[in-house]
Amino acid sequence: MNKNLGWFNLTSLVLGFAFLYLPILLLVVFSFNESKLVTVWAGFSTKWYVSMWANEGLMDAAWVTVRVGLLSATIATALGTLAALTLDRFHRFPGRTLFSGMVYAPLVMPEVITGLSLLLLFVAINFDRGFWTVTLAHTTLTMCFVAVVVQSRLVTFDKSLEEAAQDLGCPPVKTFFAITLPLILPAVVAGWMLAFTLSLDDLVIASFNTGPGATTLPIKIYSQVRLGVTPEINAICSIMIGIVAIGVIVASIATRRSELERDKAERAAFRVDG
Amino acid sequence: MAEAAPAKGGPGWTRWLVVAVPYLWSLVFFLAPFFIILKISLSQTAIAMPPYLPVFDGLSTFWESVGELNFDNYVFLAEDSLYIRAYLSSLKIAAVSTLLLLLIGYPMAYSMARAPKSVRPMLVMLVILPFWTSFLIRVYAWIGILKPEGLITVFLQWLGIYGPEDQLRVFNTETAVYIGIVYSYLPFMVLPLYSALEKLDMTLLEAASDLGCPPVKSFWVITFPLSLPGVIAGSFLCFIPIVGEFVIPDLLGGSSTLMIGKTLWSEFFSNRDWPLSSAVAVILLALLVVPIVIFQNYQKRI
Amino acid sequence: MAKTLGPVKRKFSPWDDPGAKPYIRFENVTKRFGDFTAVDDLSLDIYEREFFSLLGPSGCGKTTLMRMLAGFEEPTSGRILLDGKDLAGVPPYRRPVNMMFQSYALFPHMTVEGNIAFGLKQDGLPKPDIDARVKEMLKLVKLERFAQRKPHQLSGGQRQRVALARSLAKRPKVLLLDEPLGALDKKLREETQFELMDIQYELGLTFLIVTHDQEEAMTMSDRIAVMDLGKLVQVAPPAEIYELPNSRYVADFIGDINLIEGKIASAEGNRLRLACDGIGTSIEAEASGSGAAGETAWFAVRPEKVRISHDPPPEGTVNVLSGEVWDIGYLGDVSVYRVKLPNGAIVKSTLANVTRLVERPIGWDDKVYLTWPRDAGIVLTR
Repeated sequence: MNKNLGWFNLTSLVLGFAFLYLPILLLVVFSFNESKLVTVWAGFSTKWYVSMWANEGLMDAAWVTVRVGLLSATIATALGTLAALTLDRFHRFPGRTLFSGMVYAPLVMPEVITGLSLLLLFVAINFDRGFWTVTLAHTTLTMCFVAVVVQSRLVTFDKSLEEAAQDLGCPPVKTFFAITLPLILPAVVAGWMLAFTLSLDDLVIASFNTGPGATTLPIKIYSQVRLGVTPEINAICSIMIGIVAIGVIVASIATRRSELERDKAERAAFRVDG
Repeated sequence: MAEAAPAKGGPGWTRWLVVAVPYLWSLVFFLAPFFIILKISLSQTAIAMPPYLPVFDGLSTFWESVGELNFDNYVFLAEDSLYIRAYLSSLKIAAVSTLLLLLIGYPMAYSMARAPKSVRPMLVMLVILPFWTSFLIRVYAWIGILKPEGLITVFLQWLGIYGPEDQLRVFNTETAVYIGIVYSYLPFMVLPLYSALEKLDMTLLEAASDLGCPPVKSFWVITFPLSLPGVIAGSFLCFIPIVGEFVIPDLLGGSSTLMIGKTLWSEFFSNRDWPLSSAVAVILLALLVVPIVIFQNYQKRI
Repeated sequence: MAKTLGPVKRKFSPWDDPGAKPYIRFENVTKRFGDFTAVDDLSLDIYEREFFSLLGPSGCGKTTLMRMLAGFEEPTSGRILLDGKDLAGVPPYRRPVNMMFQSYALFPHMTVEGNIAFGLKQDGLPKPDIDARVKEMLKLVKLERFAQRKPHQLSGGQRQRVALARSLAKRPKVLLLDEPLGALDKKLREETQFELMDIQYELGLTFLIVTHDQEEAMTMSDRIAVMDLGKLVQVAPPAEIYELPNSRYVADFIGDINLIEGKIASAEGNRLRLACDGIGTSIEAEASGSGAAGETAWFAVRPEKVRISHDPPPEGTVNVLSGEVWDIGYLGDVSVYRVKLPNGAIVKSTLANVTRLVERPIGWDDKVYLTWPRDAGIVLTR
């Protein structure tokens, strides 16, 4: 096709991305606003970052959120990878349809349903609500996302690599750790990052399953937003956006660089040896 | 298990472990709760306990207390037109938003798929990036923009279109909810569309044009039909969660917007009526079962 | 065997020795995938140090047969014996056979050295032994300079040699090769064929190779098994497969052939006359065992055994056809003439281009005579 984008394509891209990014940009800009009024610009200031830092409730919530995220993402990555292997490798076992349903359904299930039903489970088994219930709930939700990400990598995985390893005397479990895991690692890591951000992000499921001492950042932000918009919220949001943006950019530069090196090496191989 | 892929073969117990661990987890934490929610929805409102109090003394008393089934909650839902209107309004808002998302997302995905190959990964990253930032934050950002004294009002006043007394009347209306939903769900619509369109073999279009089909027509007879799996996947990926959406109508829609997720939330957190909110959830789930099954079939295909 | 056809490439024919013990034995092996029968009640013996090819179109079951020997598939019924031992239930990682994969299946996250050492490490060999063996293997495949490279830094031919070295490193009793040369270009493929033969001979291994390329199978093998629809059609040395095919399927699959349908008119001693309506005359041939008068049979003759000439053959010559040159395919070393008989049937004849003339003696639309001696072709009844 045409190497230049037509005016139609260009316009739709520019408008689309403006729509996606303008609100976030405005949010960040107004976190540096001197005025307490979020919409009236009164000069540059970092005072909201200072007061945010001093806000112990906010900082505690942030710490809880990070711990829940790290723990639930890690368990979810292990479970999700197993689930992906199951879906990819075992095509016939009792209840496979049910299993694949349980893996895909949470992706679209309204959070109010998932949150409420998990809460009722915890109450039914008399499990004290708090840090652990939120962690378990997030694990259950995010393992499905990990499973989907890892499975899409497994679909393109060359199975003859595993057969080759076994043919050379490597038993199946060892084959998984020596061959399969190193090769699907990028997908597993991406799954972990997705699980972690989903956990950081979640308000609804956490609200249902939280308990004393386990207020997460989204719950805190939500309750403050309900009271009214303050630039302090803008500040903490900006910091979260910044962390995510840096993380994603660093990750993509790293993969891009390794791809470039790979390309270079490949070209060199053909130049030298024909 | 004789048909299992040979590569993962080997000792039976490791295979079973691979299957059993995630399977049991999903059974306990995903499937079992639905039976509990169903059971509670059939229990009497009177024995419902307020949250944050450890009321049930254990499994035995719990099952005793909910032992007697009755359909009072469902009768109540059916008789109070508020709930029916909330369900209908949720479905309507989800359907209209999905349509809007398609109208905005398709041109974007199409343009991305037609962009030079070298910039495509960057465009995909640009679509995904907002998704990595908090949903709540992104909705929150719109409050500052849409409020009566918000940025759009200020901007229009600065342009002189609005007088000093004029204010934007969008915040706390359904329009604001639509804006919020389209904004938040756009990546979910664009990505499946993009992956369907990107796979499209460009020589098909060249062949069509070689055979005398003008570009606009070849879009409708070739490109669009072949992108249908993406259209369907994206539509369901958006439609289903939007029906039960809570954050967006709560923060942007105000009291004038009726959506079932919000109703469930307030039944649970404000009225502390657990059996009734369970009944609301059960009916919501029943409404979504068919779309979820369709979505799963498409999910497996792409 | 109906007939011996001179010496095979080496004096090696244990299959003709009734006392020889087969090294690999497939016993009534059947493999089904759901409703599909990939391998159908197949029995086959392969001998030690044999270079054995499984040849057939895709989907004929040859790869499944090999994968059952490697242990990636279990037979639905039947037994597979290796050196007299039943392989049932032995997982792939405990079988003394190694496989070279069609895709090579080189581990992308390991160097050439790491790939070759992988199998040795699984056996828990001491490090100096591993290093020595890896060095030896690198030397064998002439890749000493590339030990530290990753697979993606190698060309296609180099990758193929790494895969070979890796599968040979454990000194397997049997090496299985799945379309080993399929990904190489023609020139490289021919060179590599001879390299493979040398390696097999030097190391004294049994090679079982799966291929759909008949030239490859003909060049390298001691014996070829032609497969179709999960069954063996013919198992024989290359020359026998080519000159004495046992069926139309084999005759047609290997090389170029003229197949002429007819009815056996008379069969006296080893002489046989075939009435062929298709070419409007009858064919004199040698009987090949089965086939009684009145039965339908096919006469198969290779185009290079059909003589083409402008001049009518002397009186009394058997098997003479006349027609017009319809098409000429110039292949450089030979030319293929497609001759149209008066009734429209086409018979092919090839002629070696022994002179350096650009203008060939026989041209389009020339009236020509085709002849072949009585023993040039073979009568097939299936």
